[in-house]
Amino acid sequence: MNEQTQDANREDGNDASAPVIRIRGLANRFGSLVVHENLDLDVHRGEILGLVGGSGTGKSVLMRTILGLRQAQAGTIELFGQATGAGHRQQLERRTGVLFQDGALFSSLTVRENVEVPFKTHMPGMGGKLRGQLADLKISMAGLPSHAGDKLPSELSGGMRKRAGLARALAIDPELLFLDEPTAGLDPIGAAAFDELLQTLSRALGLTVFLITHDLDTLYAICDRVGVLAESRVLTIGPLPEVEQHEHEWVQQYFHGPRARAAQAGQQRSQD
Amino acid sequence: MTRPYLTDDPDSDGCLLARGDWRLEAMDNGRQVPALPEGNFSRVDATGIEKLDSAGALLLLDCLRSAGVGRNELEVDPTHQALVDTVARAMESDEPDHAPGLGGLTMVLDHIGSATRTMVSNLLQLIGFLGQTLVALATTLVRPGRLRLTSVVHHMEQTGFNALPLVALLSFLVGAVIAFLGATVLRAFGAEVFVVDLTTYAFLREFGVLLTAILLAGRTASAFTAQIGTMKSREEIDAMRTLGLDPVELLVLPRLIALLIMLPVLTVVAMIAGLAGGLVVSVTALDIGAEMYFNRMYEMMELQHYLVGLIKAPIFAFVIALVGCLEGLKVEGTAQSVGERTTSAVVQSITLVIIIDAMAAVFFMEIGW
Repeated sequence: MNEQTQDANREDGNDASAPVIRIRGLANRFGSLVVHENLDLDVHRGEILGLVGGSGTGKSVLMRTILGLRQAQAGTIELFGQATGAGHRQQLERRTGVLFQDGALFSSLTVRENVEVPFKTHMPGMGGKLRGQLADLKISMAGLPSHAGDKLPSELSGGMRKRAGLARALAIDPELLFLDEPTAGLDPIGAAAFDELLQTLSRALGLTVFLITHDLDTLYAICDRVGVLAESRVLTIGPLPEVEQHEHEWVQQYFHGPRARAAQAGQQRSQD
Repeated sequence: MTRPYLTDDPDSDGCLLARGDWRLEAMDNGRQVPALPEGNFSRVDATGIEKLDSAGALLLLDCLRSAGVGRNELEVDPTHQALVDTVARAMESDEPDHAPGLGGLTMVLDHIGSATRTMVSNLLQLIGFLGQTLVALATTLVRPGRLRLTSVVHHMEQTGFNALPLVALLSFLVGAVIAFLGATVLRAFGAEVFVVDLTTYAFLREFGVLLTAILLAGRTASAFTAQIGTMKSREEIDAMRTLGLDPVELLVLPRLIALLIMLPVLTVVAMIAGLAGGLVVSVTALDIGAEMYFNRMYEMMELQHYLVGLIKAPIFAFVIALVGCLEGLKVEGTAQSVGERTTSAVVQSITLVIIIDAMAAVFFMEIGW
């Protein structure tokens, strides 16, 4: 059903089967520290890709590089079949949404004003009433109560800030959503609710999601494919059962530790 | 892209047809939204919608609502069903309950009221904090071993020694400016030599200490607030309390004592630098030689002028240290709060310094010093 939605919804002259993100030979270095070397990655349309990796393996650096917040030393990045470069920025910004780790809401604006920012930048002619209505819709879709719209980010809890950040990221119906550790710092109930929300929204809106996470439950619950970042590249990528079998030491420890077993068991229970 | 539109179905009675591309892009970015045609409708056929985004779904459901058609009477393409369901669910939970906003004048009054209350509570808090600090100071006097000497010396370097060039330079320049200014006025009376009196008076009694205090209020009070505020926002202060440590004794006292020692020292430096500035101008630009300058200075310089200036230094040190530390302790969580508190610390300490200085000037005039 997901695929159909995309085909019906998107055309834009792009081949629907082409990867949304296509990275080839990417290299990122900080001085003598090599973070990425010869990194290849494809993210397909409509999938939720989870990216895992130990601390310092450059998950966030990779996301920042794809978003153009950081210049890579080598390699090519294509988004929606177009090479990223200065010429396409505006168009790409309109088709992508980003949720940073702590929401990254503008602290001087209320939640509603935060969600209205993308409309104001990308659709300047829109009337105030419709904009307010849409902002309220997104706030509500992100699972926040309607009175949260009038609050300042500093008045919200961490989980609510993340939801508000998600509302802003979803504001103009992006095709591609970047999430940096969306469930970090949330309690298990809040994290599970967030997972469910993501899954519902990505199905309903036909989203492609690039998700950085440490949360094993999230991986088991919602990710279509999982990529492991290690040794400066994408070590292995594929559906979870395949990735789990990889013999690399870190992968073994990560997917076969006590927490992973618990997450697996939890997922099986919820499916039964 | 075909524009989205709504039309009366010619083939079926009471059926509304939704057609076209229902995305924001197709609506000229929300400038042209589909209008509801006249008539009574009992159901809506939206299967003809080619493309739909969440804004389109919102508008469609809005039209449904204003046409008085139930959700069950809406027929959409299966590929759009999930989106319409999600948006509909979000809209249901979204009962608009905005609190009525305050009107123009009421808002102004509201602001004035809350600003006044903040001012009063700031003052009360400052007095309370002064008491708290004095208690800690007295405890330390009884048991001097508890004083963190390293910390005191560190802050003496930070707030005093490192500020020395700045204080000296600015005082020198202000001294020169005052000499120039005095000469311009006094020349008309042929009394240029009184420039020396003016500079000496000004720097011993007022400017030496006032300049230093204002500089330190900007430089040190803000630093205290930022340091303690950052610690507060990282819960370091709470950690101290749970470990049985007193933040006032640990953080406030060393800063206060350092400033109590260094502000008078800097004041003396400022006095000397200001007089030097006057001297340089007198010698180079006016017809007053160095010898005459010194003679005149010795003649009219009395100890009481020096004391009038210097006696204010510890008071200003108290104000700057207490305001800086208290504002730091008031920080709540966010980085924005640190910024706000820092601004507030500088504004408050400079204001208080000038007010106290003005009151002191009146007092010393009354007692004839």
